[in-house]
Amino acid sequence: MALGGGLIEDAYSASRSGGGGGRVLLIEDCVETSAAFVLHHLIKRTLSPPHSSAALIIFAAFAHPFSHYDRILRKMGCNLAVQRDNKRFVFLDMLTFECPGGDGGGLVELYGKIQKAVEVSIVNGGSRSISIMIDDISLLEVAAKGSSNQVLDFLHYCHTLTTEIGCSLAVLNHEDIYSRMERPNLILQMEYLAEVIIKVEPLATGLATDVHGQLTVMNKRNFYGPLPKKSNFHFRVKENNVEYFHPGSRT
Amino acid sequence: MAELICRALRDGALDGEHAPALTIKDSIDSPFGPHVFNHVLAQLSANILSAKSQSQGLVLVASTRSPSFYFDLLKGRGTDDASFPKWLRVLDCYTDPLGWKVRLMECGSISNQLPEASNTVRLCNDVRDLDKLSLSIIELGRELVGQGKGRFSVAIDSATEMLRHASISSLAALLSNLRSHDQVSCAFWLLHSDLHEVRVTAALEYMSSMLANIEPMARPTNVQRGNSDNLSLLEQNSNKGKFHARLKRRNGRVRLMSEEFCIEPSGIKFTAVSSDDGMITQSLVPKVQFNLQLSEEERIERAKVVLPFEHQGTGKPIEIYDGRQSFDQINIESSFGSAEKLQTNQDPGKGEIIYFRDSDDEMPDSDEDPDDDLDI
Repeated sequence: MALGGGLIEDAYSASRSGGGGGRVLLIEDCVETSAAFVLHHLIKRTLSPPHSSAALIIFAAFAHPFSHYDRILRKMGCNLAVQRDNKRFVFLDMLTFECPGGDGGGLVELYGKIQKAVEVSIVNGGSRSISIMIDDISLLEVAAKGSSNQVLDFLHYCHTLTTEIGCSLAVLNHEDIYSRMERPNLILQMEYLAEVIIKVEPLATGLATDVHGQLTVMNKRNFYGPLPKKSNFHFRVKENNVEYFHPGSRT
Repeated sequence: MAELICRALRDGALDGEHAPALTIKDSIDSPFGPHVFNHVLAQLSANILSAKSQSQGLVLVASTRSPSFYFDLLKGRGTDDASFPKWLRVLDCYTDPLGWKVRLMECGSISNQLPEASNTVRLCNDVRDLDKLSLSIIELGRELVGQGKGRFSVAIDSATEMLRHASISSLAALLSNLRSHDQVSCAFWLLHSDLHEVRVTAALEYMSSMLANIEPMARPTNVQRGNSDNLSLLEQNSNKGKFHARLKRRNGRVRLMSEEFCIEPSGIKFTAVSSDDGMITQSLVPKVQFNLQLSEEERIERAKVVLPFEHQGTGKPIEIYDGRQSFDQINIESSFGSAEKLQTNQDPGKGEIIYFRDSDDEMPDSDEDPDDDLDI
């Protein structure tokens, strides 16, 4: 685990305790600093011990093919192909996905696939910790022919899985593509939906060689959990891992 | 004032008037609307259970949280769940709002996961049809209070969610129908104001006799949203905020009130507005070793000082030293002045400034041209 990886763990897993079921995690990034590494970190963390025995990831990939994730995760010490064969990693290749009609028919089908995977896993041996990940929402929106309402409907149905079955939902979206939009915009609605928001931004002071950006974790209170909490870290993306540290703790 | 709102909802409608309605409005800078909604819901439920309120039952339209969430919430506030069927009905617009699950089940791709029908919960499979929704609400209410004169309350946990599927005019029609229905005692709903155009928010505010507006303690000065530079600001807003209430009377009188709230593990807590604005300004001055501020005594002393050219209003013509008088004249004047000075010394309330010319051999300026005698 990367040095200081515990920082981000502590920051966003705090809301896990308590009886609120699963939670919704929104990862926001921008052009200058990609947050894909947070998603990779989550995959790695979910599939490595001590969680691995009862974990299942359902990954809807709109952005990259399986080989891309496999290559990255292999460098981090996690073999996705093996996990896929073990039915711990369900990969839904959505690269060529397109919604046929205007009524969200394609998204219903996608939701059906996700729920099916959840059901199969419960029947087969009861994974207790199921994570649904979507990379990323902006491309899902493109697939839905730009209808953010359909995307929200889809997310709502995924949300019902978090409350009924206790799955957690992690989605990636780009903040800056919505920055000049009239309201209501999708990202704002997703912020209302999310319990934990992780924002990845460049440093306010510009580029630095040993700090690649900053990461803000906002942990909204879920009604049974702890109080709202916010934390800020700096990070450095390295070849095989990511370092997280408190601002100012690096020279 | 949150108290006042709860009391108004408890007291319900007068005959021949619309039922009181409350809009709870928040924004992403202070997204605590659901906390306020739950607080109002719990208060009203307690009032219904203890038979203090006009309404005898509650119909909850749940679109952002599952019915079980609300059952847990009410149980957490000490309500006995055995009593739910007697006074509570939930219209479940959360589990399958668009009928996707039904569709998938029919074609066999998923198994039946829908919760079993119960006395308390009714499933709604098409939230786009507000006429049907409106009928369902009334039906559920009648199940609770019968056809007679009994009244029930309606809680809608997200008008925002409903507006995603329906137009503002159809939602307005639904709310207006509910308010004018003679079996409805009160109604309240939650709205995320920044997800709607101003006209939508305004339309819903017109339809409500009370408005609870939730605002952050401090607004970010930077217009660009989501700038993490103001992290301390985020921190400050992360568990408290301001609560503004607007109550409209029948005769059009409007009452505005403000409170502050704080989210605690046990729930939301309202407090009177703290008057520590002065403390904030003082704490803004940086802490330094020397004294940047005056004590009260020093301030009084400073106020007493008469500035040299200030009009002193003692009845004498105002003399302003214009540099033309000779040194001798000044001497004479100063001997006059010494008598006066004695007097002023007796009056400690008056300050003065004593001025000594630096050097005596320098004649005062005159307006004569010093180069007059030059022969050019």
